[in-house]
Amino acid sequence: MTGLAFHATVAARRFDLALDVPEGTTVAVLGPNGAGKSTLLALIAGLLTPDAGTAAWGGTTFFGADVWLPPHRRGVAMLAQEALLFPHLSVLENVAFGPRSAGQARVASRETALHWLEEVEAADLATKRPGELSGGQAQRVAIARALAADPTLLLLDEPLAALDIAVTPTLRRMLRRVLAGRTAIIVTHEVLDALTLADRVVVIGHGGVVEQGDTREVLERPRHPFTAELAGLNLLRGRVVEGGIETPVGRVSAASRLIAGTRGAAALRPSAITVHATEPGERAGVNLVRVEVSDLEPRGDVIRVRSAALFADLTPAQAAALDLEPGSTAWFAFAADDVSLYGL
Amino acid sequence: MRKVAIAAVALAVVLGATACSSSTPAARPSATTDSLSGSITVFGAASLTTTFTALATDFEKLHPKVTVATSFAGSADLVTQIAAGAPADVFASADTKNMDKLTSASLIEGTPVNFATNVLEIAVPPSNPAKITGFADLAKPGVKTVICAPAVPCGAATVTIEKATGVTLTPVSEETAVTDVLGKVSSGEADAGLVYVTDVRGAGSAVRGIPFAGSATAVNTYPIGALRASTAPAVARAFIDFVTGRVGQKVLAEAGFGKP
Amino acid sequence: MTISSAVPRWIVVIAAIGAVFVLLPIVAMTTRVDWGQFFPLISSAASRDALLLSLRTSLASTVVCVVLGVPMSLVLARTTFAGQRAVRALVLLPLVLPPVIGGIALLAAYGRMGLLGQTFQVLGIQIAFSTTAVVLAQSFVALPFLVLSLEGALRIAGTRYEAVAATLGASPSTVLWRVTMPLVLPAILSGAVLSFARALGEFGATLTFAGSLQGVTRTLPLEIYLQRETDPDAAVALALVLVVVSLLVVGLTLRTSGITRRSAL
Repeated sequence: MTGLAFHATVAARRFDLALDVPEGTTVAVLGPNGAGKSTLLALIAGLLTPDAGTAAWGGTTFFGADVWLPPHRRGVAMLAQEALLFPHLSVLENVAFGPRSAGQARVASRETALHWLEEVEAADLATKRPGELSGGQAQRVAIARALAADPTLLLLDEPLAALDIAVTPTLRRMLRRVLAGRTAIIVTHEVLDALTLADRVVVIGHGGVVEQGDTREVLERPRHPFTAELAGLNLLRGRVVEGGIETPVGRVSAASRLIAGTRGAAALRPSAITVHATEPGERAGVNLVRVEVSDLEPRGDVIRVRSAALFADLTPAQAAALDLEPGSTAWFAFAADDVSLYGL
Repeated sequence: MRKVAIAAVALAVVLGATACSSSTPAARPSATTDSLSGSITVFGAASLTTTFTALATDFEKLHPKVTVATSFAGSADLVTQIAAGAPADVFASADTKNMDKLTSASLIEGTPVNFATNVLEIAVPPSNPAKITGFADLAKPGVKTVICAPAVPCGAATVTIEKATGVTLTPVSEETAVTDVLGKVSSGEADAGLVYVTDVRGAGSAVRGIPFAGSATAVNTYPIGALRASTAPAVARAFIDFVTGRVGQKVLAEAGFGKP
Repeated sequence: MTISSAVPRWIVVIAAIGAVFVLLPIVAMTTRVDWGQFFPLISSAASRDALLLSLRTSLASTVVCVVLGVPMSLVLARTTFAGQRAVRALVLLPLVLPPVIGGIALLAAYGRMGLLGQTFQVLGIQIAFSTTAVVLAQSFVALPFLVLSLEGALRIAGTRYEAVAATLGASPSTVLWRVTMPLVLPAILSGAVLSFARALGEFGATLTFAGSLQGVTRTLPLEIYLQRETDPDAAVALALVLVVVSLLVVGLTLRTSGITRRSAL
């Protein structure tokens, strides 16, 4: 298999991870802060030396037993939250930096640079200096610069995190276009980044890989509460029964084609839950769960009502109307059709 | 800003006033008077450092109520300081030219007295690597000779000797102070240097001295005089007598100085 | 003069006193100059030789300081090794050492009787009493200025751009020439200016190590020292020349480094 085969430990950072990235695919690495995402990228790029482990791309060993290839020979380009464009060079010279370092003549490298600037739709910025660019423009140029270096592997460390929310959709689409066919690892908090850009996703928590697999599969049908939390989904696990699943909050009805008696999981979007302050009447096809509210969490333009096993998202108006507070009793109602049931 | 300027001027006036007190010449006291009291500052040429420090201590022993402070530097430096108002009572110069600067400025009380002479001597490192035997050897090609610059007394003496002997030197360095010439020889950097007899004597085993015949053509005469602005003219006069007297002359002769 | 409200007024007063303290002697010196005699005094052969020698040697010393100082700064700022603190302290020693002591130390190393003296003799290299010795003495005392200035700047600049350059395929040498050096060029320039100024005014080490011969080793400070013996007027006039030259150098280079900052490459 061509692609990246990676395994390394760094004792001082409590890092111990193994990862494979097939050639031509993009892998998203999801996880909380401190889990080791930046360490992972630094190790692959050659900016950090591991205590033990090996990493290789095809026949080229990045590091291993008594071998350590310096970063400029690995063909691994990195894109960070900050564009880090060289302040003393123009935009064109920045993008031409990679080709020039590889030995291309000045004129040829500038042509290459112009080509990549056009790819990221930033050709009109060629003569500007980095100080004159906005955050979004700088990040575009940084992408062009990384691609112009013709890397075998591209590492992106939360590339859209520092940008204005207004420009992220455009940049995300552009990234999707230029990453097609490339091998890349993207570290991100944003589920939307993973869904848009990655073929596979690896979820890491403190202490290693929690779950990995096809992006949609992992993020729409998480097998682990940790993943579910990252993906923003409710997860109830239990034993499959006729027409539903037996879970810690009780029997949940759901459309099921699973064999009764096996272990299964029910995933539920928080926006699919309606919250009632008093017990509503029973209705067919609607699940009802009595909960004790543990927390009310403002998240952007919704309020997340948390309980022990489930959480629901409400608009501020709805939350105010219900007059909830930690400790109060509430009823979560959700349609059986909204429950995604799958085997574990 | 104005206030600072006024304060500065006031300070300068006060300092100037203390330096310019008038004094009347006192009757000459006997050199053995025990009741002599006061304190004087003696400015001496650098080449007088060892001798005058010893003489100052001896003088204080003779006159317990007297204190003698000494300050040694190049004669030209001392002249500049005295002209700028430095509080000296006695000035002993390494040559008459510098003393004349003060006498023509009417800063000296009476006439200065010549108290010693000094002639030049060749100094070489103890091993004499260039095998110097006389003045002419200093001009041999390949010999690293260091002398004083002509503007300095020992340098002027060197020029006189060059003219008298007809030997022209091509030194590798012309130092501003004779101590620097000595330093270059004692550190082994120079093959030979022209310094005073007293310098060679004072350097002990650090250098070897080679006297030469032509040295007598350039004799440096050392004059000593009391400053008109002295606040203790009696003590100043007594010290000068001490230096020109039997004890002073003996100390100077032991150091290598010649008779005045 | 507008006083920013961020600085209390009494600070400004003390600062003004400090400025007067430094400027007054220089201004006072200009009042001592015999202006009628000024031009003849400074255009004598000895004065011209001294000034040209000073400029030549200071320039050469500045080059030596940059050539040696930049790598030293890089190593001190960007690497770690055992005993680094001690090495840094030793490298900065000439800053606090009295220059004459520096001269004595140079003699002990490179003089005829010194550590390398015999080696140089065998190789036929004459150092003592030569213009080379002047450059050595000046470089010795001026080097710490460049190292100090540049090391600080390198630490502040950090290594993020260098890391990016490496991932783009630039070898360590390429990173140095195309990324590191351009980014700290203002610091190199200001360090070089400081070194030049220090070299220009160097006296004690030169006197002790190189000697004093017109046109060969008698730099302007040494010429002033000599002139004091016979002609204090000439000494003051020459001192003024030294002050003016130093001011020109400092002023000019601050202007150019400002230009470099604004339009990098």
